[in-house]
Amino acid sequence: MSKTYYSPSHEYITVDGNIGYIGISDYAQKALGNVVYVDMPEQGDDIEAGEDFGAVESVKAASDLIAPVSGAVLDINEQLIDNPRLINEDPMANWIIKVEISDPSQLSELMDEEAYKAHCEAEQH
Amino acid sequence: MNRKYYGKVIFELSRHGRRGYSLPKNGCDGGLDGIPEQLMRSSDPVLPEVDEPTVVRHYNNMSTNNFGVDTGFYPLGSCTMKYNPKINEEISSLPAFTSLHPFQPSATVQGALEAYYMLQSKLSEIGGMAEFTLNPYAGAHGELTGLMVIRAYHESRGDMARTKVIVPDSAHGTNPASAAVAGLKVVEVKSLPDGTVDIDALRPLLDETVAAVMMTNPNTVGIFEHSIPEIAEMVHACGALMYYDGANLNPMLGVARPGDMGFDVMHINLHKTFSTPHGGGGPGSGPVGVRDGLQQFLPNPRVVKRNVSGDSTFELDFGTEKGPHALGRISAWLGNFAVELRALAYILSLGRDGLKMAGALATLNANYVKESLRDLYELPIDRVCKHEFVFDGLADKSSGVTTLNIAKRLLDHGFHAPTIYFPLLFHESLMIEPTETESKETLDDFIAVMRDIAREAVESPETVKNAPLETPVRKPDDTAAALNPIVTFTELQNTAMA
Repeated sequence: MSKTYYSPSHEYITVDGNIGYIGISDYAQKALGNVVYVDMPEQGDDIEAGEDFGAVESVKAASDLIAPVSGAVLDINEQLIDNPRLINEDPMANWIIKVEISDPSQLSELMDEEAYKAHCEAEQH
Repeated sequence: MNRKYYGKVIFELSRHGRRGYSLPKNGCDGGLDGIPEQLMRSSDPVLPEVDEPTVVRHYNNMSTNNFGVDTGFYPLGSCTMKYNPKINEEISSLPAFTSLHPFQPSATVQGALEAYYMLQSKLSEIGGMAEFTLNPYAGAHGELTGLMVIRAYHESRGDMARTKVIVPDSAHGTNPASAAVAGLKVVEVKSLPDGTVDIDALRPLLDETVAAVMMTNPNTVGIFEHSIPEIAEMVHACGALMYYDGANLNPMLGVARPGDMGFDVMHINLHKTFSTPHGGGGPGSGPVGVRDGLQQFLPNPRVVKRNVSGDSTFELDFGTEKGPHALGRISAWLGNFAVELRALAYILSLGRDGLKMAGALATLNANYVKESLRDLYELPIDRVCKHEFVFDGLADKSSGVTTLNIAKRLLDHGFHAPTIYFPLLFHESLMIEPTETESKETLDDFIAVMRDIAREAVESPETVKNAPLETPVRKPDDTAAALNPIVTFTELQNTAMA
C-alpha cells in the first residue's frame, strides 16, 4: 500500500516500503507551464533532504528540485530526457527519480494530501 | 498594425552567378603570387549571390519586422529600455574611433585612451567607488569579474574558507549563475512580503564561510532597500564584502551612490543606465568598480594617466607593479569600446543635473503608471516604487485571463510587452519599467490600453486569451522552440522538406 507525501516546495514522494518515487506536484507543473528540460542526478547518487538534486526548466522559469528525504538514487525516469512534457501531462505518473529512503522518519516532516491542498491554497493568496 | 510579415532568409534569394557589383578585369599578372598554397581556398565560399536592389529591399523589409525603442514604447521591466540618443551613435561612429587598431602604439591613440580614462573617472564618481575597469563585456560578465575580485581579496589575506555567496530570492538569475561560475556556492536569503531582504533571515547565514552578499538596490520589485546601512554593517562584521548589482542603478543616478551605501564592489550595465542600444543579445558593457583598498585586484590592462613634464599622457598599464593577486585579462583589450564611447557621450551630454533628472523622471513615470492602473491590476507591494514596479496580474482573476494573455494583447496595440513571470515572488508577475524617456502622452496611451484590456478580460475574455490577433506572427510555439531550436537555414530547409 503506497502513500504520497508532499514538501512545501511542491515535490511529492510516493512511498512503497523503503522505496520512494519523487516528482513534482500537479500544482507545481501548472505554475511552471510547459516543461522543456529536466536536470536529473545519476543512478547511484545520494540525495540529501532539503538539498537540491536537480532542476525543472519550463518556458517560464527554472526551478530547483529539493529532495524531500535523504537516500540513494536507484533509477531515473529516462523518458523525461526526450519528452519532458510528460510532467505536464501526468506529473504523478511521471516521477523523476526513484530512491531508497535512508531515514523513513523524515517522512513525518512532510505533508499529506489534505495538508498539501491547504498549503497550495494559502500560496495562491 | 496588421503589417505583412516578411519572412525570407537572404540565402533563399541567392541565384547562382548573380552579383551586386562588377569589377574591372584584373590587369595585374600574378596578383596572388607569394601566397602559400595552404592558405589558398580550394572552393568558393558559400555566400548569398544577390543583386544590390534585392539586398537593400531584403534588409529594409527585415527591419520592419522588428520592434525597438525607435519604433515604440518598450516597458520591459528590469531591462531599462530607454531611448538611445542619436548623438551617442554619431560619436561612437567617428572614423577616428572606428578605424583604430588595438595593436597601435599608445602614443597614436591618446584620444581613445583619454575617453576610456574619462569614463572610468565619471563612473567612479557616479558609483562612489575608487576605481573602475571597463573591460567586462556585459552585466553578467561584470558580476563574474566582481566576484573574482572578491575571491582574490579574500585569498590575498589567506582567508581560504570563504566559499559562499548570499543572494536574495528576488535576485536576477545572473547572480547565482555568476557565483557558480566563479566557483562559489550560492545561498539564498528570503524576502519579506514587501520584497525587501529579511534581515532576520540573513543574520544567521553570516559567518566566516561567506565571501560576499550580492544585492540589487532598488531591488527587482523596484523597492529601495531601506535597511542597506544595517545590512552592510552586519556583512562587514562577519568579514564578507558587499556586492552591488547595478542592474537597477537608473533611479539612483545623482541621488544615492552604492559606495556611500556600504558596497565594496559593483558593476554597471552601461547598455541600460547609460543608454546604449541593447536587447538583441549585445553588445553590452559591464564595468566593475571597487572601493578604496581593492584597486589592486582589478583586471588588466587598465588605462593610467601619467604627467610627464607638465603634459598628460595616457598609457595601458598591465599591472606589473600590482602584486600577485591582480586578475589578468578578462576580455580582449578594453571591453566593448564603442559601447563605452556611447555611454561617455550620454554622460557628457546630460551632465550632472541631467543625469539626476533622468533618475527622478524614471521614478516619477513608474509611479504615475502604477497609480493609474492599481484599481484594475493587483498591486502586491503598495509602496512608492523607484524606476519599476510589479503587478500580480489582474485584480479580478475570475475570467482566467493571465499575465501572459495581457502581455500578448498589448502587442496588438503596438506596445512591447512588459517583463512577465519575473520576479518569482508572485504567480502572475507583470513588471513594468517605463523609463524616463517617455512623454506623458505615451504613458497615457499605454495606461488607456491596459485599462481597455482589463475591461476586455471581463467582457470578452476569449479575445484576450487568443491574443495576439493582429501581429504578423501570432503564437509561436515557445515550447518547441526551446526543445528543438532551428537556428540555421539548412535546418530550416530540412524541417520544411521533412
